[in-house]
Amino acid sequence: MEVRMKLNGKNITGDVRPDSLLIDFLREKGCVSVKRGCETSNCGLCTVLMDGKPVLSCSLLTLRAAGHDIFTLEGLQEEASEFVGFIADQGADQCGFCNPGFVMNTIALLRENPDPTDDEIRAFLSGNLCRCSGYEGQLRGIRNYLSSRHG
Amino acid sequence: MLTIQNYVRPQSLQEAWELNQKRSSRIAGGMLWMKMSKGNCGTLIDLSDLGLNTIVETEKEISIGAMVTLREIELHPSLQSYSWGAVQRALKNIVGVQFRNLATLGGSLWGRFGFSDVLTVFLAMDAYVELYKGGIIPLSEFAKMNYDRDILVRLIIKKQPCLMAYEDMRIASTDIPVLTCAISYIDGIFRATVGARPGRAMLFYDEKGILSEWITEESAEAFSRYLMEQVPTSGNIRGSSAYRSQLVKVLSRRALLQIKGGN
Ligand SMILES: Cc1cc2nc3c(=O)[nH]c(=O)nc-3n(C[C@H](O)[C@H](O)[C@H](O)COP(=O)(O)OP(=O)(O)OC[C@H]3O[C@@H](n4cnc5c(N)ncnc54)[C@H](O)[C@@H]3O)c2cc1C
Ligand code: FES
Ligand code: FES
Repeated sequence: MEVRMKLNGKNITGDVRPDSLLIDFLREKGCVSVKRGCETSNCGLCTVLMDGKPVLSCSLLTLRAAGHDIFTLEGLQEEASEFVGFIADQGADQCGFCNPGFVMNTIALLRENPDPTDDEIRAFLSGNLCRCSGYEGQLRGIRNYLSSRHG
Repeated sequence: MLTIQNYVRPQSLQEAWELNQKRSSRIAGGMLWMKMSKGNCGTLIDLSDLGLNTIVETEKEISIGAMVTLREIELHPSLQSYSWGAVQRALKNIVGVQFRNLATLGGSLWGRFGFSDVLTVFLAMDAYVELYKGGIIPLSEFAKMNYDRDILVRLIIKKQPCLMAYEDMRIASTDIPVLTCAISYIDGIFRATVGARPGRAMLFYDEKGILSEWITEESAEAFSRYLMEQVPTSGNIRGSSAYRSQLVKVLSRRALLQIKGGN
């Protein structure tokens, strides 16, 4: 079936099966930052923004994304570059596999709530799993970024 | 893996219902649960074009369409204030924000999952579901029904004066719960619901009038013991029956004391 959507600001089209998942479609379109970490909608690695809201691309039919505005990390490099260094400075990226999902969801968090408390950060990012770190590094990194913004 | 042959977006509930009468058809909610199933779906019926994605509030009720997401419910100010934060408390540990942006109320209630936080919290309210063919029936009745081929259109919550609290126990914060418990005091009546027994959530009343003189340390203790005796539990990978029964006592007592303290 034919599908049209806006991907990272550009209109795109494709021809997909009814059971095509958005994650596979996006990877075919070259957005390889979008990765599969589980098969159970649990890990958050596949997070993309649909109309500005973070969603799991591994669980969304491509046809459901038709007509919507999709952003992946490929299209949000500038926004991400503001805070990823702060997270890296805390050693939060070990194998780094979970990183794209964390970054995407942190973008969503900061758009929705530009000045979150630690508990709000934890709650918003609780759907992003990391096998290596204990989550404290990500929290410290985001906190340091927020403090740097306050001068 | 689930394979899908046809994808349809009906333009009326009647069309959706007719398509759904075929055994190989399935209604798509957020598809998070369905995606994990195996097999072949002949026609996937997407309800996205039917305007079921709104929460409408009047003086007397709050009506939540089947396609409203769990995240939209969680962020709805009136639902929060009306339920004293119990609805938000019940939804906040369901996997993550990205998940709750997709999971729908319709899929969550239709599933009648034993572990459902969603069913547990709404069952404690004066709530009704509208089924396309089955009409408006109490959620407590729907919770006991077998699956059929109807369509859940919306949930209706009657806005009676209400006090409410929600408690759950999880092994890890975003895992499915070991036990869920909601207590409400609506229009002079206490309701207690317990889910993840691990069977479907059940509704209980204070039939012995233990709380008739209001909540005290003693009456909360006595009611929680009574509830523990009433609630059937069993064991699974997350906990034994005996452990769950203890949790019924502890969580219901906590919820009652929250109501006593004005949450
Ligand atoms: C990994 C994982 C963890 C979870 N953890 C929790 C948890 O901790 N607590 C909790 O409460 N829940 C949990 N859930 C359940 C989740 O919250 C949703 O209830 C579930 O995904 C179903 O919602 P959905 O919108 O995805 O429905 P779908 O998967 O799309 O549908 C579920 C079923 O309902 C049918 N259906 C959908 N909408 C309608 C309708 N309007 N009318 C008739 N039939 C309909 C579908 O055909 C299907 O049979 C979890 C689910 C998953 C996958
Ligand atoms: S790949 Fe794990 S949630 Fe999508
Ligand atoms: S750094 Fe390895 S999974 Fe997070």
